[in-house]
Order: sequence, then structure tokens, then C-alpha cells
Amino acid sequence: MTWSRKILRVNLTTGVIAPEPLKMDWAQKYLGQRGLASRYLCEEVDPQVDALSPENKLIMANGPLTGTMAATGGRYAVVTKSPLTGAIACSNSGGFIGAELRNAGWDMVIFEGRSDKPVYLHIEDDKAELLDAADLWGTSVWATDEAIRQRHQDPRLRIAAVGRSAEQGCLYSAIVNDLHRAAGRSGVGTVMASKNLKAVAVRGSLGVSGLKDPQRFMKEVAIQKQVLAENAVTGQGLPTYGTQVLMNVINEMGAMPTRNASQVQFESAHSISGEAMHEPRESDGKPNLTRNAGCFGCTIACGRISTVDQTHFSIKNKPEYWGNTGGLEYEAAWSMGSDTAIDDLDAVTYANAICNEDGIDPISFGATLAAAMEMFEAGDLTLEDTGGIELRFGSAEALVKTVELTARGVGFGKELGLGSRRLCEKYGRPELSMTVKSQEFPAYDPRGIQGMGLTYATSNRGACHLRSYTVSSEVLGVPEKTDPLVTDGKPELVMAFQDATAAVDSSGLCVFTTFAWTLDNIAPQIDAACEGDWSVERLVETGERIWNMERRFNLAAGLTAVDDTLPKRLLTEPAQTGPAKGMVARLGDMLPQYYEIRGWSEDGVPTDETCSRLGLS
Amino acid sequence: MKITLKLYASFGKYLPAGARNNTIVIEVDEVVNVHEILNLYSVPLEEAHLVVVNGVFVCESERDHHLLQVGDTLAVWPAVAGG
Repeated sequence: MTWSRKILRVNLTTGVIAPEPLKMDWAQKYLGQRGLASRYLCEEVDPQVDALSPENKLIMANGPLTGTMAATGGRYAVVTKSPLTGAIACSNSGGFIGAELRNAGWDMVIFEGRSDKPVYLHIEDDKAELLDAADLWGTSVWATDEAIRQRHQDPRLRIAAVGRSAEQGCLYSAIVNDLHRAAGRSGVGTVMASKNLKAVAVRGSLGVSGLKDPQRFMKEVAIQKQVLAENAVTGQGLPTYGTQVLMNVINEMGAMPTRNASQVQFESAHSISGEAMHEPRESDGKPNLTRNAGCFGCTIACGRISTVDQTHFSIKNKPEYWGNTGGLEYEAAWSMGSDTAIDDLDAVTYANAICNEDGIDPISFGATLAAAMEMFEAGDLTLEDTGGIELRFGSAEALVKTVELTARGVGFGKELGLGSRRLCEKYGRPELSMTVKSQEFPAYDPRGIQGMGLTYATSNRGACHLRSYTVSSEVLGVPEKTDPLVTDGKPELVMAFQDATAAVDSSGLCVFTTFAWTLDNIAPQIDAACEGDWSVERLVETGERIWNMERRFNLAAGLTAVDDTLPKRLLTEPAQTGPAKGMVARLGDMLPQYYEIRGWSEDGVPTDETCSRLGLS
Repeated sequence: MKITLKLYASFGKYLPAGARNNTIVIEVDEVVNVHEILNLYSVPLEEAHLVVVNGVFVCESERDHHLLQVGDTLAVWPAVAGG
């Protein structure tokens, strides 16, 4: 073990819910969560299926360490085919619902088909039932959470839900759990809503049992918790400043996409930074940041709990937003701040809260808004198109209005819900979409951090930082410092990060542990908990197998090497300021070598030899 | 000569009065290296993880002989990370 060895299969078309055994031979090859759920998806779903059709499936999956006492062992993932990208989607989240599902005895829930009316799934240990959600449809994640909690009179329920944006077809809708944690990227929430599935509510009381060597596991976990506690990043930096400390770091290094990536530094970055979140505001003397917060089993606690200034225009007459809420992470502060040139910390914090309330990916929303702002300023979008909103860079009012509209899927919010690629194509400016495989790229400009260009171009879920976070090496010096402005060695670096991250994701641990841990710290914990000999080498191979499996799904879905590219702006318009001044993203210097070391053809297809070596049939 | 000093995250407490947005313009000797400036403001050298001059990382072994030029911006962080 330590898998629970049980899957819950929920057919939404027929209403039949049935347990089945976990395929343990697959667990030995794909570990859990991202890897194992993707294996099921590849087996059961035609890659060419319409992502929003009943033929697509949605899998919620834990790793073998989810719900255990391992530090950060609270991650779960949602795997499906993405409506935004047409590629495989895997979006993971912390909070508490993954661990709760594990404590109810389930490794995975597979949703298939489509219900003919809105429903939610209620799980209480072995018992699972689909219940009517007609009264919840048309309400936000937060309202749904409260209503389900009241209905069951169970304050300890853990709930994941979709909001109104998903119901209205916003292509980057998230599944939000525990009110402000989210499986955020690639539109997994949109798929969930397309199945008329409003929420999943879980209560687990069985505990996690069946560890291979419990005593050794406890010892390993204690040793590795100590490593996290003593590391300056995971012990002090992340708890105190959260991910938002990066705002000034990345800006200083000239790698901050600004004004829809037309610039690489934001002159007002400090106003929306982690440091600014600690500064007392004039109106009430309180800082934006109330406290930090941790997910299940987390000894880092990078999460932010914040308030918006009650006198701020966004909430002045809305007392329901006056309390604490999930605060800004770096990516959200970048997308709705720097990329839109908005320096109003309260407006960005409010917009972030709305993203949580109605389940929107703030990266894709902010980047799409930034593209819309550029089109508006260029005259491609008019006031008539926007419903009278002056979509100008720097306008906090425009941010507040558009996030509210997108949350509800009405007015110009419906247009923004298309995502940047489709919106820019619709208004005749496809080159202004800062996307790869139709997904908006996040808060690192590849002109200033070259490895991130290759990361975005080759990410199996479209542009993403969490598939190979080479920023860790190129900027932060973890595990060792590399030069962000050179391309030499980056194919190897990206591949190493991709494979290791796939393994970490699949364990159920948080990737943020890797600021202190390497696979040398992680492998002993997995090995003590799980059947089989889990060495570092085996984890790397498992990660590589997962990466190639995801790649093959995408190729079968119709994506090709042509899609492994970057927006033209990054490839042809040099950075104007900072250390990367005069430089473009040199993807062409890296991509052929990347294919080669991956064991792929010149067309980016895994060779038969590579597939055979990895046991991919 | 004048340079710009930026001390971020928990290093903000080492900034002198008059700093704004974690930033202050300071007057320093014509020949001064990174470590000498950090010592001037009691920044613990062993905790200075990320040291950047004009946006370019200065590795630990170069900090006691990397000379600042007029108009340079020196930015320093303790160990931090995000994502």
C-alpha cells in the first residue's frame, strides 16, 4: 500500500455510482494523482473528443501520500481534456478536500457522462450519492459551499464547487475547494459544469492505513519536516511573504511581463508586492495581509489571508466583502496587476476574491484582460464592444467591472471568458494573444528567463510555470544558480524539472517543498509508505514516463510540434529595459536539442525506442 | 557617488530612515564593493542570498570585489521563493 486501492466511478448519465479496485499495476508505473489519473484518462477517453461533451471524463485523484502525515500531503488533482487548450489538463490544488477524500477511503473519483439536471456528489466514507443541485445552479462557489453545509448540517464537510463562470462556459473556469484553494488552470471547472456537476462534498472518517512501514515512514517524515523548518525559504521566506515576494525580484531582473508583455518591467510593482501587503494602509492602519495559512499537513503555510480596505471603491457598499478572504499569490497579482498595469493593491485583492468566489483562473483572466486592453487602446475594441467600459491599461475600475462580469458570464465578461487566443482572433489581432496552446502564460517573461520560454513552449497543458519551474534555478539559485539570459544547458534543465515535477505531483506532495527538498528527500518517504522500491532513479523514470504519456495524448488529440512555440512578440520584439535589454526569447536555440534529449523525433514525437524504454505501449 | 540601494523582504528593516518602497538613494565612496555596502547597513552577509546589481545576479564569491559604479542599483534579498 499506501494507496487506498479504491476508485469511485460516477456515471452522471445513468446515475450509477460504483466502487472498483485501483489498477495496482498502473499505480506501480504512474504512482498516483497526476500520473495515475492521466493513465486512466488516456485509457478511457478518445483524445479527439470534444472536451465539453459527455464523452470526456473528469477525474479527481489523490497521490499515495495525500492524507498521510507527510508535510504538505494534501494535494489532489483534476485530470481531464481541456476545453481551453484541447490538450490534456491536470490542475492540482491544496486545501483539505484531497485529504478528506483519502480519509473517506478513495484514491480517485472518475466522473463520466452528463447528468440531465444539476447535481452534486455527496461522499461520506463508503456511502456516495448524487443529490439535486437545481437550487445551487446559478449561484457562486461560496454560496454553494454554504448551502450544502447547511443542508447536511455538517461543518466538517469539505467541498469543491464550480461557480457561475463555469456554468456560462468561461473556458478557464476553476474548481474551487475550501473557499479559496483552486484547481485553477486549463478550464477543469468548465468541464465539470458541462456535466451538470455543481459540487463534490466529502466527509471522511476512516483515516489512512496500510503504510508499508509505518515506523520508518514516521521517522522519515519527521526528518524531512525538520529540513523544511530549517530551510530559510520554506521555514521563513514563504510563511512570511508568500509567493508574492517574487513581485520585486522578477521585476528587478527585468522578467516581468507588463502591459500584455509589451514591456518587461512594471514601474509600480512595489505597490502590489508582498512587501506592500505588510504595510499599514491609511484608512484603518491595518495591512492588507492578515495572516498566513496552510493547507492540510503543510508545515510551510505560504497561503495568504487578506482584507480589502473597507473604504475602497470596489467594496464600499458591499459589507459581505469586508472580512478576511484568500489573499494574493504572485501569479494573480502579476496577471491582474502588472500585466494590466494596475497598481491598486485593493482592487487586485478584490478581483482575486471574485476569482475565488466564482471559480476563475486569475492567470488566464488577467492575461486575457491585458490583451483586451491592448486591443482597446489600439482601437480594435470599441466602447460598443465592451459595453461602455474604458478598457485602458492601469484602470482599476475596468478590472473590477470586468472581473464581476466574467464571474457571472454576462456582458463583455462573456467575451473575456473566451480566453486570450479566441478573443484576439475574434477581433483580428491574433498576434496580441500571449498564449501557448491557447493557454495564457504566467508571470515570467522568457526574454529575461530563457528557460521559461522552453518551459512554456513544451508544457503539456499549454503555457504554465508549474510544469518546470526553472525560475528556481535561473533566478533563485535552487538547487543551483544558472544564468537566466543564456540558453546553454536549458534543455537539460527543463527536462530535469519536468520529470521531477511530474513525480512530485503524482505523490500528493506540494511542489513548493522542492525549494528545500530534492527527490533525495522525497523518495524515502514514498518508499516507506508505498509498496515497491521507490528510489530517486525510479521516480525520475516515472516522471519521464508520465511526461511522454501526456505528450502522446496531445499528439493524438491533434497537436503537433508546430504548437511548441511562443507568441511572436516574445520571439521578435526585444526587451526594452533591464538585463535582457535587446534580447528576445531564443526558443529556436533550445527546442531541437530538447527533442533530442527527450528521445523524440525532429517532429517532436516520442520514438518507438523511447516508448519501449518507458514501457509505453 | 550616488547609488540606489534596495533591501527587500525581511531585509527591509535594515534600511535607513527616509527609505520609500524598500528603496533609498545613498552616497558612497567612489571605490566600494557589494559587501562593504551591506556591512554599512548591518545586513548579515551570510543571509544575503539574492544579490543583484542592475538586475544581474552577483554570486557569493564576487561580492567582496564587485565594485559599484555611479548610478548602479543594488538590490538584496534573503532566501526567498515563490511560484
